[in-house]
Amino acid sequence: MNDSDKQSDQSGQDDHWLVRPTTIRKLWIVFSIILALTVLGQFFIKIKGYFGIDGWFGFGAVYGLLACVLMVVVAKILGVVLKRQEDYYDD
Amino acid sequence: MIEMVIPPAFLLLAGAVLIGVTRGWLRTSVLLLAPLATLWAVWQVPDGVAVTAYFLGYEIEPVEGSALRRLFATIFSIMAFVGGLFAFRQARWYELAAAYAYAAGAVGVCFAGDLITLFLYWELMAIFSTVIVWVGGTPQARAAGIRYAIMHLLGGVILKVGIEGIIVHTGSVDIQPMLATNFDTWMVLIGILINVAAPPVSAWLADAYPASSATGSVFLSAFTTKSAVLALILLFPGESVLIWIGLYMVFYGIIYALLENDARRILAYSVVNQVGFMVVAVGIGTEMALNGAAAHAFAHIIYKALLFMSAGVVLYRTGFSRCTDLGGLFRTMPFTTVCGIIGALAISSFPLTSGFTTKTLISVAAEQQGLAAVYMLLAAASAGVFLHAGIKFPWFVFFQKDSGLRPKDAPWNMAVAMGIFAFLCIFLGVYPEPLWALLPYPMEYEAYAPGKVLFYLQLLLFSGLAFFLLLPWMQRTMTISLDTDWFWRVLGRRIALALIGVVARIGQGLGQLLENARQQIAPPLLRLLDNRGALGRTWQVGTTALWIVILLTTYVLLYYL
Repeated sequence: MNDSDKQSDQSGQDDHWLVRPTTIRKLWIVFSIILALTVLGQFFIKIKGYFGIDGWFGFGAVYGLLACVLMVVVAKILGVVLKRQEDYYDD
Repeated sequence: MIEMVIPPAFLLLAGAVLIGVTRGWLRTSVLLLAPLATLWAVWQVPDGVAVTAYFLGYEIEPVEGSALRRLFATIFSIMAFVGGLFAFRQARWYELAAAYAYAAGAVGVCFAGDLITLFLYWELMAIFSTVIVWVGGTPQARAAGIRYAIMHLLGGVILKVGIEGIIVHTGSVDIQPMLATNFDTWMVLIGILINVAAPPVSAWLADAYPASSATGSVFLSAFTTKSAVLALILLFPGESVLIWIGLYMVFYGIIYALLENDARRILAYSVVNQVGFMVVAVGIGTEMALNGAAAHAFAHIIYKALLFMSAGVVLYRTGFSRCTDLGGLFRTMPFTTVCGIIGALAISSFPLTSGFTTKTLISVAAEQQGLAAVYMLLAAASAGVFLHAGIKFPWFVFFQKDSGLRPKDAPWNMAVAMGIFAFLCIFLGVYPEPLWALLPYPMEYEAYAPGKVLFYLQLLLFSGLAFFLLLPWMQRTMTISLDTDWFWRVLGRRIALALIGVVARIGQGLGQLLENARQQIAPPLLRLLDNRGALGRTWQVGTTALWIVILLTTYVLLYYL
């Protein structure tokens, strides 16, 4: 998100409220609160674990985060091997 | 009592023909009415075989109804209508005609009661979807269209080999559940799997769909893969190899979409990813799983078309579809942005969208069968979908940097089409009962159990956190990613060129050999013939007479021996 403010500051083309650093800071705060609530909500709502571990406290959060990090890392590594210039197939 | 049943596909096919011969408001009427008439006809098809005919000595069943078949035909008809609405003012008439013929093929597959009818409609789809790829008009679209046609004609041949085998060995052309146990059934399965973009040929989809026009990709995203999913449900429910094929597709789609720069190709990879969920469900094969596959196909067609529509509007307005060229479009395209976000949330199975109510059916089916690994992998994949399609697509197209582009928002017809599908994404998320009523099997299912909602919110929102934390790693590069199609686009070509080289060298060598031989052999032979050679010089009469005597004697001797 930081990239987007830099970009619009540099270009100075507009100052849409959505890309102002203050808005983005507020969005991060709201997002963090929502994230915390989804985990803390487990105190009040029981998540039924079908296979044991998926009922653990905060399992969905940790699993979602780690799964994504893993997929991005795998994609990054594969990208080293698989990425080519766009005109690779052109003669 | 004899009831007249109109094959629904014929109405759409007639629409396709009429699009070509009409103009102006008449063509618009045909475009909008043909799918609605088809939808009406779909709901006139009763359960069981409704139409029979004789073809090449076989009794075929061109129209056979069931709840499952009507569900797929319903969404295909709706798709043709909303797609037609989206495209009719921008697309060329022959793209629209091809799209309707293509949709007619898909509707025909839905009601095919036998393998011969299935095959005929299958090929109809192959032909007219190729036309849609070609209408993209660029040299890339032409080349991709040829590769697409080869892949689908090859798939058709494999399917045909399997069908012939089944007919010869069982004497039956009926469509009935089978397992891949022998050569015939494997050929049928492989033929269908090529159309669902299964490994190792998943690459055809991301190669061809993004090469089509801004409107063409909307149609392409809907019919081929989903009619193949229906064929899998009808022919191979519970074929367990599909679970692993589906899981591969799910993660293949995520990884390649993460690497991709072109927005429409991101969406194409996520088609493979989503169809992977359905293939897993068919592999699980229980009533709950098949309900899940059918419901998810229904919801998927809507939100995937919506996503391709929003990308199509962006391409139509800006001429760009690469993330590196786009960004910041939310300022002047608020409606398209909102629709794109709704589609992205639905594909991510976010609560209150259609993806949540349908995809969780598949997870529940895995859990009911005690398939812990499958269940956990599907959960990880759901997080991955939010990562690559749910956030990445809208973020890079509509937000990220300010690209400086200030395009107008969608034209009215495109906006209405997107509005209809965006509404359906939310409607089926909040109130899925109408869709439940279409499903093939009755079920008890509480979509919004509080614990499940909380679990998915954790899963999805924290994958959102992962996206923004890893944003520096997600920056797009002006690259493409190699796929299995490298083997036929590069390696195959190199081998072919090398073989041509070898043949040319062999030919050259042979020519040289002949030339050498000629130089060795020709002069002595020619010397025989010149006027001092044994055969060329003038002989004396005595010598000639002597030779005649020798030859005649030899002849007489040989005669008596």
